[in-house]
Amino acid sequence: MRLFKRKKLEDSLYKTRKSLLTKIGELVGIKKNIDSGFLGELEEILITSDIGVKATLEIIHDLENRVMEQKTRDSGEIYVLLKEELKRILYYDKSVLKDITPPEVILIAGVNGTGKTTTIAKLAYRFKEEGKKVLISAADTFRAAAQEQLGVWAERLGADIVQSQAGADAASVAYDTVEKAILKGYDCVIIDTAGRLHTKSNLMEELKKVQRVISKKHEGAPHEILLVIDATTGQNGILQAQAFNQALNITGIVLTKLDGTAKGGIVLAIKKELNIPVKYVGIGEKLEDLIEFNPEEFVEDIIGK
Amino acid sequence: MFEQLTNKLDGIFRKLTSRGKLTPSNIRETLREVRRVLLEADVNYKVAKSFVAKVEEEAVGDEVISSITPGQKVIKVVHDKMVEFLGGTTVEFNLPRSEPTRIMLVGLQGSGKTTLAGKLALFLRERQWAPALVAADIYRPAAGEQLRILGNSVNIPTVVFENKESPLDTCKRAGKIAGSKGWDALIFDTAGRLQIDQKMMDELILLKKKLSPEMILLVVDAMTGQEAVSVAEEFEKRLVVDGFALTKLDGDARGGAALSLRAITGKPIIFAGTGEKLNALELFHPDRMASRILGMGDVVTLVEKAEKVFDEEQARELEKKIRKQQFTLEDFYTQLQQIKKMGPMENLLGMIPGMGKLKTQDINFDERELVKVEAMISSMTMDERRNPGIINGSRRKRIANGSGTSVQDVNRLLKQFKLMKKMMGSMSKLGSKFLGL
Repeated sequence: MRLFKRKKLEDSLYKTRKSLLTKIGELVGIKKNIDSGFLGELEEILITSDIGVKATLEIIHDLENRVMEQKTRDSGEIYVLLKEELKRILYYDKSVLKDITPPEVILIAGVNGTGKTTTIAKLAYRFKEEGKKVLISAADTFRAAAQEQLGVWAERLGADIVQSQAGADAASVAYDTVEKAILKGYDCVIIDTAGRLHTKSNLMEELKKVQRVISKKHEGAPHEILLVIDATTGQNGILQAQAFNQALNITGIVLTKLDGTAKGGIVLAIKKELNIPVKYVGIGEKLEDLIEFNPEEFVEDIIGK
Repeated sequence: MFEQLTNKLDGIFRKLTSRGKLTPSNIRETLREVRRVLLEADVNYKVAKSFVAKVEEEAVGDEVISSITPGQKVIKVVHDKMVEFLGGTTVEFNLPRSEPTRIMLVGLQGSGKTTLAGKLALFLRERQWAPALVAADIYRPAAGEQLRILGNSVNIPTVVFENKESPLDTCKRAGKIAGSKGWDALIFDTAGRLQIDQKMMDELILLKKKLSPEMILLVVDAMTGQEAVSVAEEFEKRLVVDGFALTKLDGDARGGAALSLRAITGKPIIFAGTGEKLNALELFHPDRMASRILGMGDVVTLVEKAEKVFDEEQARELEKKIRKQQFTLEDFYTQLQQIKKMGPMENLLGMIPGMGKLKTQDINFDERELVKVEAMISSMTMDERRNPGIINGSRRKRIANGSGTSVQDVNRLLKQFKLMKKMMGSMSKLGSKFLGL
């Protein structure tokens, strides 16, 4: 299973890696020395990966310093240095384990169309595979047929779900779900929320309310608050992360749709700016296509060996 | 970051306008900054490069340098080029009549196709068409149901795939019954797909071949980054699209993707999705989008919306007051009634130039807050409305009691009003600055 998953990430990132690798490869071929022209070109390559101008400039600046320190002028060295730099940015300490009284509650949020519902199905599948008893909460009471969509997934997965009427209060659905999970001894609750643009203050307030009622019902919950970000997202991703983080204190990011050619570089900018780690990546349409994020692998796959 | 960017451009432009004399080298330096701003707005880097090159060509010309206000000339060149890159003028929506006319919506997952389908149906009906929606997404669970619910909510008929029916068969079936049902336009809502997914792209090619739609619209999320180029390129190569619909423009994305789409394919952006409600669809306006990407605000839309609800005499009066900073809470109250007719406050605020400078949380307008604000102002005396400065502690308490709010609410209102007045002051200054355009 593990090997299979590893293979998949390489597969889906193949395009990404190839394009970056070829570009950097070409660059190394043309320019043997690391000079300002070389770094300028490198800058462009990073920007086209959606890493953003600010984060790119900082990365380039750090690279420059490293080059000075090492007194190397060999452009081939850039592979090693760049990889180290990106890994350093994406690193986070996974070993900190929270002491959780079951059920563990996971709240999913994000702007419209990032893939929240599909991510929830994949997460539920993952936890079920781990032998956990999972309860899904269809607290997206806004979008037409969101209830039905999650319902279909729950049925396919054989997972339990708490649904409601369209237009119902999202917080009360979430509350009912957590209450049921506590009573019936579920290990894990995953709560779907309606997609919302982070600029709509009333909708962000609604989300805060969902969080509030959950924590009232179950101390310490929600234990994980995941922001789902589409890999094709540009610089607006930072504003999304900022706003959702301000409202909810995001614990991690799920980067979806990484099976395309989009590079998802925005997560580097988000990690640099807000120190929110990526926890999962979506790499395909199948249920098993959600894998735990591994900064080492991610960077190796982006930059190539 | 949004604020920073707007400030940055403001800063660049101010520097340019304040410089007496321009040289090719300081224009170039400025354009480097412009390029950076474009990249931060998600304009593709190749597009940004060629855009800046085009601007430089014109800006370094004698005409600009020898003009009396060279700085403003450069700004004008940047703005005009941007409008030109975005297509120049609004594309008139002329859909050929057929029996029935077929529109196919395509795009990545989550770009907003289904919502756009509903909006488009409503848009067509307003223009005397009799549209029907066709759900051809058999993959995403409940996608058909979603379209049906959307259709029902505005009384537009939907055709949803039945058991084991292929997308093509569903679309064909809709075509067959259209005549007898009196439908003259069909909107095909296809499944979201990655542009590199060969099998799924083949499905679209087949749909196109068999249905020969009059219009293929590629639906693109305004928040898309550098990837917009490869999405547009691939869909254009495989399908040959007729144009784009840019969605989720009610957020704060700069929408640089728009520039990339047009520059790469030469195809027009036809529609702009501006909200969750089904009536939130507008024709795309290159000039407004240019202002948005450049952080100049969308004054045109704001004025247009205002024209619908304000009469001219009132508007002139108001403008005078704003200019002279004599705008009072009483005026504010009257305006509130009219502004409410213009649509969601947060959308309006985003259109005001220079708004980026204020932190959004300082002037947070929740629609429900407006009701409170109205109540609070109603509880004030005329003197208080005209001269909020006299509202002391005990008056605040009285107002709070009278309006069923708290003293904190009253405090917040007064603070926001002060901010708003300040903002309006800078807006009128900015307005006169840009009159030179």
